[in-house]
Amino acid sequence: MSETTLRPTPSPTQARIRTQLARARGLGSAKSGTDHFWRQRMTAVANLVLVIVVLLQIVGLVGADYATAVAALGRPVMALPLLLLVLSGMVHMRLGMQTIIEDYVHSEGSKVLLLMLNTFFVVAVGLACVYAVAKISFGA
Amino acid sequence: MANAEMQRTRPRPLSPHLTVYKMLPNMLMSGLHRITGAALYFGTLLLAWWLIAAASGPEAFNTATWFMGSPIGLLILFGYSWALLHHMLGGIRHFIWDSGRGFDLSTVDMLSWGTIIGSAGLTVLLWVVGLIAKGGL
Repeated sequence: MSETTLRPTPSPTQARIRTQLARARGLGSAKSGTDHFWRQRMTAVANLVLVIVVLLQIVGLVGADYATAVAALGRPVMALPLLLLVLSGMVHMRLGMQTIIEDYVHSEGSKVLLLMLNTFFVVAVGLACVYAVAKISFGA
Repeated sequence: MANAEMQRTRPRPLSPHLTVYKMLPNMLMSGLHRITGAALYFGTLLLAWWLIAAASGPEAFNTATWFMGSPIGLLILFGYSWALLHHMLGGIRHFIWDSGRGFDLSTVDMLSWGTIIGSAGLTVLLWVVGLIAKGGL
């Protein structure tokens, strides 16, 4: 910032407005590169596997009484995939809802507020699930 | 001056939007993917309720299962399970497209119809299995 070097405006064919560092990092104007896309897909793969594992076990619990359900939820074969699903699901649903908000809400104030609420909702629901599964598993 | 006059009296041209296109299966699946995603987002409240109820004790658990076994509860769960399976199959469709495959029109149509038919079929299958597990069938 202390020195300003005056350079000739580059012609369109040789325009290199971005620095080599920015080019190497591959980050665009949003400064996050393909991070959103990659996380969305990575958690999608995790969710795909985990939903199948958890869903099949939950279907087996249809009509189960309290003792049976709690015993099943506390078993590692159920609790661990469920915790992983909650974790992966939190990231996935936050990214998805963020996209929806950014697509439809154009007023800056409402957008920022909704993006914050999105994070609050996801963390609150996610931690509530984690807390419940942990409490059941550890039998507190 | 004439330009400014025109801008005041005539609305600026907009790029063509949804209403000018014929509805195609992949457009419908795109919309349903987003809608089911949003539904699943709020549907996590149901999962959280069920888990917290189970962690809280028999009374809370029985209240939760009573609601989920009521006609409204069953309807919500049925919709929730369909949304989950539909979003899941839609995700697999996107994985196929992410790999750079399946962009010719006949494949796009096939994948789109496959998503909705597959999700409806799997949902029914899931509930039949669930009812058998409960001993209702």
